Amino acid sequence: MEAPILKIENLNLRREGRDILRNLNLDVCPGEVHTLLGLNGSGKSSLAYALMGCEGYRPNSGRILFDGRDISALSITERARLGITLAWQEPARFEGIPVGKYVGLGLENANRNQVVEALDAVALNAKVYGYRSADQTLSGGERKRVELAAVYAMRPRLAILDEPDSGIDVLSLGEIEKLIRGMAEAGSAVLLITHREELAATASVASIMCYGTILFTGDPEEARQYYTGRCRPHLDSLGSQPWNEALAKVLEDIPGNGKSKRSEQAAE
Amino acid sequence: MSIERVQRHAAGRKPGWAGELADMMEAYRQAGGDPDALQLPDVATLVVSSDQVLASHEVPGIRFEAQPLENGVKAHIFVEPGVKIERPVHLCFGVVPEEGIQIIEAEYEIGAGAEAEFLAHCSFPNAVKVKHHMRGRVHVQEGASLTYTEEHYHGQTGGVEVLPHVQVQVDKGGRFVTTFSLTRGRVGYMDLDYQVEVGENALVEMITKAYGTQQDQIQVKEVVRLNGAKARGLTKTRVAVRDEAVSQILTTMEGNAAGARGHMDCTEIVRGSAQASNTPMVIVRDDQAQVTHEAAIGTVNRKELESLLARGLDEDQAVDLIIRGMIR
Repeated sequence: MEAPILKIENLNLRREGRDILRNLNLDVCPGEVHTLLGLNGSGKSSLAYALMGCEGYRPNSGRILFDGRDISALSITERARLGITLAWQEPARFEGIPVGKYVGLGLENANRNQVVEALDAVALNAKVYGYRSADQTLSGGERKRVELAAVYAMRPRLAILDEPDSGIDVLSLGEIEKLIRGMAEAGSAVLLITHREELAATASVASIMCYGTILFTGDPEEARQYYTGRCRPHLDSLGSQPWNEALAKVLEDIPGNGKSKRSEQAAE
Repeated sequence: MSIERVQRHAAGRKPGWAGELADMMEAYRQAGGDPDALQLPDVATLVVSSDQVLASHEVPGIRFEAQPLENGVKAHIFVEPGVKIERPVHLCFGVVPEEGIQIIEAEYEIGAGAEAEFLAHCSFPNAVKVKHHMRGRVHVQEGASLTYTEEHYHGQTGGVEVLPHVQVQVDKGGRFVTTFSLTRGRVGYMDLDYQVEVGENALVEMITKAYGTQQDQIQVKEVVRLNGAKARGLTKTRVAVRDEAVSQILTTMEGNAAGARGHMDCTEIVRGSAQASNTPMVIVRDDQAQVTHEAAIGTVNRKELESLLARGLDEDQAVDLIIRGMIR
């Protein structure tokens, strides 16, 4: 098995008096689409911000290793220059920055063809969108696609995609899935964050996240079945319980008691 | 404008005219204008350097009258009723020497039902001590439409005092859209004062953009009075200041008639030791009118910044891109 490009070890993040990430462990390998499934509030986006180094999301403990190097103390820019980037769930709007320029930002000496290709990959016509501002005049779905195009154009080594399908019309979902697969085929590791199990089909590996930790890592179909059959029903019953008790109850139901199959394979 | 063209047009003019016009054309280009556009036969043009009208070209439906003033020019610009001026009217004002005073008393009369777009470029590229005082009066008659875009270039020394003071009357069903932009080079001292009266079913949109650095001072005072029923008004102010620059934005919107709708939107980005303030004043004198305002003053939006950092830009590059986009 190829060595992981991203290795998260015992990551803990506490914000505003709440434990957001708890002893979180996760590996993502080059060329793989790793889906992170979890209900709303499970800590998926917080993990994305912590990986990117966003303000207020510096871990309290644990390590984030990228290509074997601990990047926990690096700035966002430094991480981006190592090849890590993030597509925000709700991308920022920019007055006066044309879509074409925004898409080419992560490229050294961006040329028109690269921008056109990236926009084409998210089914946006460069002639129509290239000179429009990436501002409030774009619909939520259009802005989302522009964000994905910018990540795609950058050819990152690790792309963190936070809910890339939200706000995208059903007809375009196929394009987005194709784009995600294309990124992996081109060698990027993709951490695909979603609460929609349908996207797990795009993945080569899937993890389930709950209460700020990873409960299960393994086959996407197995994860998908568990997620739809167990996680959703658990939501109501566990919501009010102390975390430790809730987690123990969840773990009882998980194949392998929450251990990563990959970790088991690696141990063998 | 090429030197050959200038020389060809200089026939019969007093000595020095061609050189001054060539200098003004270069200044015009630095302010963002296209000197070649001033040569097109179907483009109305007025070029004023210091207190001299260097070029004036009318097209059917538009008329210029200019008189000399001490240290300036008094200009009347008429657009005939019902006429649609197809190509934007180009105005060029400037002072090329390092020192000088330019007073422009301009009256714009846009006839009923007429439609025109003006592109004004004001350039003071070498200014060390230059004062440009625009005293304007704009009358957009019933059902007429005027789009007025003004771009400034003040060079790099900060030695310009610019005082655009304009009174605007927009009659019933009229439309006045204006953009004032001072984002290239130093601002120096800017005191913009617009007083706008808006009639029934008329519309006003005012966009003001400025970027102050070092010891620049920016003062914007905009008053929009929505006097007619269903009058609509929007002010949009985008200012960035850094170093020790100071900006002070005072915007007033009055809803004085039934169905009047107004909105003021101010964003100011502050960097370094700069200082920015915004004082919006909302006055409503009719229970069927509504005026709203929003303001964001301070550092750049964190999410916008982090989005750009995640593409590999450093913080200075990202902030500059956000500011340049905002005032673009």
